[in-house]
Amino acid sequence: MTANTALLLTLVVPLLGAVLIALAGRWPNLRETVTMVTALTLFGLVIRVLMGLNAGEEIGVELVTLFSGVPIAFNTEPLSILFAMIASGLWIVTSIYAIGYMRGTNEKQQTRFYVCFAIALFGAMGVAFSANLLTLFIFYEVLTISTYPLVTHKGDDKAKAGGRTYLGILMTTSIVFLLPAIIWTYAAAGTLDFVPGGILEGHLAAGSATLLLMLFLFGVAKAAVMPVHRWLPAAMVAPTPVSALLHAVAVVKAGVFTLIKVVIYIFGTDYLAEVPYEQFAVYIAGFTVVAASCIALRQTNIKRLLAYSTIGQLSYIIMATMALAPFSEIGAAIHIAAHAFGKITLFFTAGAIYVASKKTEITQLNGIGWRMPYTMTAFAIGALSMIGVPPTAGFVSKWFIIAGAFQLDNYFVLVVLILSTALNAAYFLPIIFNAFFKPEDVTPVKDHAEAPTNMVIALSVTATLTLLFFFFNGPVLDLETQIVGGMP
Amino acid sequence: MLAHLPVLVILAPLLGAPVASLLRGPNWPWLLATLLSWFALLCSVLLLIQVNAQGTFIYTMGGWEAPWGIEYRIDFANALLLVLITGLASVVLPYARLSVEHEIGADRCPLFYTALLLLILGLCGITVTGDAFNVFVFLEVSSLATYTLIAMGKDRRALTASFSYLIMGTIGATFYLIGVGFLYVMTGTLNMADLAERLPAISDSSTVRTAFAFIVTGICLKLALFPLHLWLPNAYTYSPSAVTAFLGATATKVAVYVLIRFVFTIFGVEFSFGAEPLAEVLVPLAIIGLLSASTVSIMQPNIKRMLAYSSVAQIGYIVLGLAMGTAMGLTASLLHVFNHGLMKGALFMVMGAVAYRMGGTSIDDMRGLAKTMPLTFWAFVLGGLSLIGVPLTVGFVSKWHLILAALELGWWPVVVAILAGSMLAVVYVGRVVEAGFFGEPKDATKREAPWGLLVPLWVLVIANIWFGIDTRLTVDIAEAAAAQLMAGGVVR
Repeated sequence: MTANTALLLTLVVPLLGAVLIALAGRWPNLRETVTMVTALTLFGLVIRVLMGLNAGEEIGVELVTLFSGVPIAFNTEPLSILFAMIASGLWIVTSIYAIGYMRGTNEKQQTRFYVCFAIALFGAMGVAFSANLLTLFIFYEVLTISTYPLVTHKGDDKAKAGGRTYLGILMTTSIVFLLPAIIWTYAAAGTLDFVPGGILEGHLAAGSATLLLMLFLFGVAKAAVMPVHRWLPAAMVAPTPVSALLHAVAVVKAGVFTLIKVVIYIFGTDYLAEVPYEQFAVYIAGFTVVAASCIALRQTNIKRLLAYSTIGQLSYIIMATMALAPFSEIGAAIHIAAHAFGKITLFFTAGAIYVASKKTEITQLNGIGWRMPYTMTAFAIGALSMIGVPPTAGFVSKWFIIAGAFQLDNYFVLVVLILSTALNAAYFLPIIFNAFFKPEDVTPVKDHAEAPTNMVIALSVTATLTLLFFFFNGPVLDLETQIVGGMP
Repeated sequence: MLAHLPVLVILAPLLGAPVASLLRGPNWPWLLATLLSWFALLCSVLLLIQVNAQGTFIYTMGGWEAPWGIEYRIDFANALLLVLITGLASVVLPYARLSVEHEIGADRCPLFYTALLLLILGLCGITVTGDAFNVFVFLEVSSLATYTLIAMGKDRRALTASFSYLIMGTIGATFYLIGVGFLYVMTGTLNMADLAERLPAISDSSTVRTAFAFIVTGICLKLALFPLHLWLPNAYTYSPSAVTAFLGATATKVAVYVLIRFVFTIFGVEFSFGAEPLAEVLVPLAIIGLLSASTVSIMQPNIKRMLAYSSVAQIGYIVLGLAMGTAMGLTASLLHVFNHGLMKGALFMVMGAVAYRMGGTSIDDMRGLAKTMPLTFWAFVLGGLSLIGVPLTVGFVSKWHLILAALELGWWPVVVAILAGSMLAVVYVGRVVEAGFFGEPKDATKREAPWGLLVPLWVLVIANIWFGIDTRLTVDIAEAAAAQLMAGGVVR
């Protein structure tokens, strides 16, 4: 199998999987087997593409030409392979987890759930491997629409309201800001291909470039920069596996991934540095980091707290990207991976707590560490990674982002990072402390132990990955330094 | 036979109509009409291929050279329109069998198909002819057939809807005729090519200017441009489902074609946009129309009516494109003529299927549709996504080109208006989808619509996606047509 075939199959397989899951709907065990096989196959295919990329194979597939000069085309580069690896790899773990969660909570419409999940992964693969902005936009929308039934899964009024906010904000911003930004880029540059060094240089007036950057920043609402972030907390009405893989990894990372792509391959970092007032993006992202952390501090619901933490962490990535130092670009790329491992672990633990004890609020977690030791240890590891403490993944990316800040003497970034670390510690550490060292409430609602085994396995795997990434980040680092043309 | 293609498209329904009225029972007239529409589609496709290969196709009626005789003149623009009309007829007719028998009753079926054939005849005639007066004749044929068809609706309000359309349509046609009369007085010809040749020399005269005003206003009434759209919502709401699907997809589009023909070919870009303030008049009306009609559709409890208002809004997009007076704008406009035909055809057919099972088309009838009639429901979702303009549907292709055209001119407020229109579409489509997805079915015993309705309707839905991905056919022809039209005049 050539790398090109593998690349095409990464799109075909999840779609085919969705069809098969739908057909197998009547037999739950067969259906879940299909999900697992699809996820494993997909990950294998992504690995094959990675091997092709490392071997220097020519990778690129063109399907049809939609508009003159803009085909639906796919290729790969270090950043896209990273995103694809994370999304497809964590899909395997999430599937194991989801089986336990969905059966443990007796959810309705499970077939629809797995079908939409597979389609969402199809969207994520498309976003990852798209060779131009239009292809990316198409799959970006696939991702939005396919996750809507997942967000509204419960079907009650709360889910409907959440779904409306979700779809409303994501659709509005993509139509009103992102689409015109793309068409404008096309009108100016005559192409939408992702080219190292960008395609816009010399095609836009100075003020227009600033406006265009703004359209991109707010158009890609999946990156959840304030004030277009409200869909993310709203999406928390979804079942936890959805929040874990989609709203901590696939969907939100598709957002920041799009922004990094735009910065590096559409504007080009050199050109963007000349755009007047381009630093506004750094300030908006920095503000989002601090504000989201402050809001997280006041949350009582575990999943909402995690949602606001995600918003803050995403803006880390955006801030690092927009800072435009080579080190910070690398840090941004690595933080995509680092945050993914940590945050999916945290969501997994939140779901495990819910399934085992029906608890959803932070205040209910006193003493739960002794009932669910694996889960709460995993929670601690995930939380430490969010704060950025060694030996966790979060430390690695923070290291690079700080290095980037020093490269440019950008003290704003530095201050934001320090402030955010303190705030993260302020809302995560008490939870860990209370879970292990505070006595349980006198009248325990329910006598319970750990969640179902496959859920515990899944969250242990991701927690281990969070630790391992601290020690063995070499390959990822080597790969991602290529996006800025080698280690600076 | 190839040399006679343009007239064959006309002759098929013309000869079929009286025969259909003589046949008995609901099925024979239906079969005849369906076969004839397929034949007409075949001719249209061959014609398009012919035009693509050899350029403009001229057919002299009865061998009489213009200006004594009437000539049919097919270039890219009307070849595309012809494919749209006959294509939609070919899909709507198979659909009509069950739907019409259910809504109108078996005894009136022969008359229904007679009228429908006459409508197809009229619309095709307007499209192929190269004679300004001949346009009027076919316009009246199609209008009279339309009034009849609307009046056949089950609801008694169909009668008043038909009547008010009759009044408005007649005013429009009269305006058009007055304009053509003025032109005839000034130039002594009714042949479009001759008109285009002679008009530039006398374009300063107030008679020609008056003629322009009459013609544009008259046609705008027929194409339901805001604020001349008042006849449309009722007409679409109360006519039989199959008629709404066909009218919604084609009737106003043919009027748009006539407008384009007059503005670009006969009067020419320089006159229409230079000497006359066409853009200044049409652009604001188009924008107000698309925003206000979209807003109104959000509040409609009857979904057929909601889609009718959405049609008024979409006409705004189409007119906006042509009112830009550039090749790009015109391309977008022609594209949307074709694409909107596909999406509205599909959506109105969905409503026909809902009416068939649920007995109504209000939002209450749509509740819980995802459970009771999943195939119908998902067809609505896909059609709705196309209406919003989501990528990989035809709606996206139109919107892309329209925004590109507005950007080329630097018309930023227009870009904002177009996007705002899409947002309103998200709301009015979303509200129906939400009801269908989460609502409790009004009657849970109802089941999926019969295949006789589902197959034609899904053919159109798939066309919405097909032409959203494979844009070669539509975009290339629309671009070629726009280039031809912008070149002005008519190539002899």
